[in-house]
Amino acid sequence: MKDKSSDVKKVTGRPGLRLQSLGMYCPGCHYGIITRVICEVIEELGVAGKAIGLAGVGCSFGGAPMTIDIDWTSCPHGRAPAMATAIKRIYPDAMVLTVQGDGDLGAIGLGCFMNALVRGENLTTVFLNNAVYGTTGGQMAPTTLLGMKTTTTPLGRDIKTNGYPLHVPELAATMRGVAYAARCTVHTPANFQRAKKSLKTAIQKQMDGIGYGIVEFVSACPPGWGLKPLECLDYISERMLEEYPLGEFKNLDKTD
Amino acid sequence: MSERILVSGNNAVARGAIQAGCKYFFGYPITPQSEIPEYMSKELPKIGGIYVQSESESGSIYMVYGGGLTGKRIMTSTSSPGLSLMAEGMSYLAEQEIPAVIVDVVRMGPGIGTGGQGAQTDYLQVTKGCGHGGYHAIVLAPASGQEIFDLMQLAFFLADKYRGPVMVITDFILGQTEEPIELRTLDFGPLPEKEWALTGKEKRGGNRVTHVAAFFTYQGILNYHMKLIEKYAEIKRAEVRYEKYLADDCDLLIVAYGSSARIARGAVDMGRAKGFKLGLFRPITLWPFPVEAIAEGASKAGRVLVVEDSQGQLVEDVEASVKGRVPVHLLGMWGRHNVGGGGIIHPERVIEEVEKLNER
Ligand SMILES: Cc1ncc(C[n+]2csc(CCOP(=O)(O)OP(=O)(O)O)c2C)c(N)n1
Ligand code: SF4
Ligand SMILES: [Mg+2]
Repeated sequence: MKDKSSDVKKVTGRPGLRLQSLGMYCPGCHYGIITRVICEVIEELGVAGKAIGLAGVGCSFGGAPMTIDIDWTSCPHGRAPAMATAIKRIYPDAMVLTVQGDGDLGAIGLGCFMNALVRGENLTTVFLNNAVYGTTGGQMAPTTLLGMKTTTTPLGRDIKTNGYPLHVPELAATMRGVAYAARCTVHTPANFQRAKKSLKTAIQKQMDGIGYGIVEFVSACPPGWGLKPLECLDYISERMLEEYPLGEFKNLDKTD
Repeated sequence: MSERILVSGNNAVARGAIQAGCKYFFGYPITPQSEIPEYMSKELPKIGGIYVQSESESGSIYMVYGGGLTGKRIMTSTSSPGLSLMAEGMSYLAEQEIPAVIVDVVRMGPGIGTGGQGAQTDYLQVTKGCGHGGYHAIVLAPASGQEIFDLMQLAFFLADKYRGPVMVITDFILGQTEEPIELRTLDFGPLPEKEWALTGKEKRGGNRVTHVAAFFTYQGILNYHMKLIEKYAEIKRAEVRYEKYLADDCDLLIVAYGSSARIARGAVDMGRAKGFKLGLFRPITLWPFPVEAIAEGASKAGRVLVVEDSQGQLVEDVEASVKGRVPVHLLGMWGRHNVGGGGIIHPERVIEEVEKLNER
């Protein structure tokens, strides 16, 4: 029989930076796919050796340091941007990345995040919007949709008691020190590719010293949403993207 | 001999830190310590360092945490209300074993306290671990400008040696008083390499470093706690510091730290001139506390008088050390010469207290 191994071409595989780790995420969680985006972008930009990651408290916190082969620290809830500030100021050549959930960045850490933008820090943030506090059992997050049921909005989020959904990249785009702000998803292959491009652009802005880059990932949380993994994909297309439109809100070649 | 200059205690904090090689300061304004960030914002850029003004003391402590993770010498300073905001971060610094120096220029509390007036009302907060979870920070309590300058250098050394937060605690009086200091460099010996520092893995030949929550890293969370318990025991064995003044031949031992110890020393001299056999025991490390030395001194003297400008905080540790073997009396903030914020306990008032005790 003829040996065909020389004809076999590898078309895909685990990214080199993706560590083999225990399954950290629930079935249907998009954090695993976003991990792949981060790995591929860091590899393609060739910045793994300079990369220092800061993981917020949330499902991302357990996962990121164990799954991506770069220097990492986990951070107290909401405090990654302050810690990243010091690291980047001390090592201006490093690629400093925070990965934070919507509770972590949008609630407890909103002040910390906004002040990093006020100071005009040169950092990159991956913002994970799954519309709930996944880790603690699906409570309301600042990004929870109006009418959406969570364990602390049993009748659905209503404006009177719970206020309005938070739009982080749109908010960040208003700040002068921000060079790049975008929202993406990984719920279809085409969106996966767009998400990669967005994160790549954001990190490149940091490496070029242009300014802060933030990329929001709208992400499924099946247990938090009370939906099956496949149903989550429709929920993203039909409900999440209605409130959280995809796109670039800012893309500057120079901040003043 | 090194140069001598006349500076405030706050200035001595900043100079001592720079002398120790600290180039990174993260802080937020609060009276009576604002001269420290002001000095750092002027001087650090000149030596290639960095000063960042945070948005709050919470911001400061997390910048300190991030900076500490790089392995560089890092500090912040604050006063009492700000220290409460730093409590969460202190707990994380202890858990993750990140060296950092935190200075508390105490103002009278609780609550907003009194900005332009002093007191020693943070003793319990700094010595019992101001954040959650049960941990210790070494706490150094200087009593003069020179000692502030020297202990700042020691603080950075101890932070590196034992990997954790070290506190230096002064107050309004010490921070604002100008005294001559000698700008000497202290050498405490060699320290291990900081292999744990985050640098980006290319600087370590591709080996990555991660700092994740303790329950992820160790084979069993108890092993992690045992390591910290052993570290704290070692600190208690090796790092207790105190000063005695006429304390080996006295029949009343005064125990006081920081600015109150300066006052108490004056009272000892004043009392001795009157024929009272007074002695002073001054803890320099508030944690680890000089338990055995105080117990021994107290037993010898037969009586103890704690002088502290607070509601009575240090006295709890003194009582715990003495274990009821001899009577422990307290002259607290009620000994101040006036009821306004500018009141202080004068040596004369200490002598009055001694006379009252002598009549018993
Ligand atoms: C100071 C503090 N408060 C509360 C918590 C508990 N806590 C852990 S994770 C979390 C929510 C995280 O939600 P999010 O940032 O949306 O991340 P997700 O789990 O959804 O990825 C909370 C409230 C904590 N760890 N620290
Ligand atoms: S709880 Fe939600 S966010 Fe957390 S791992 Fe599960 S699916 Fe993902
Ligand atoms: Mg979330």
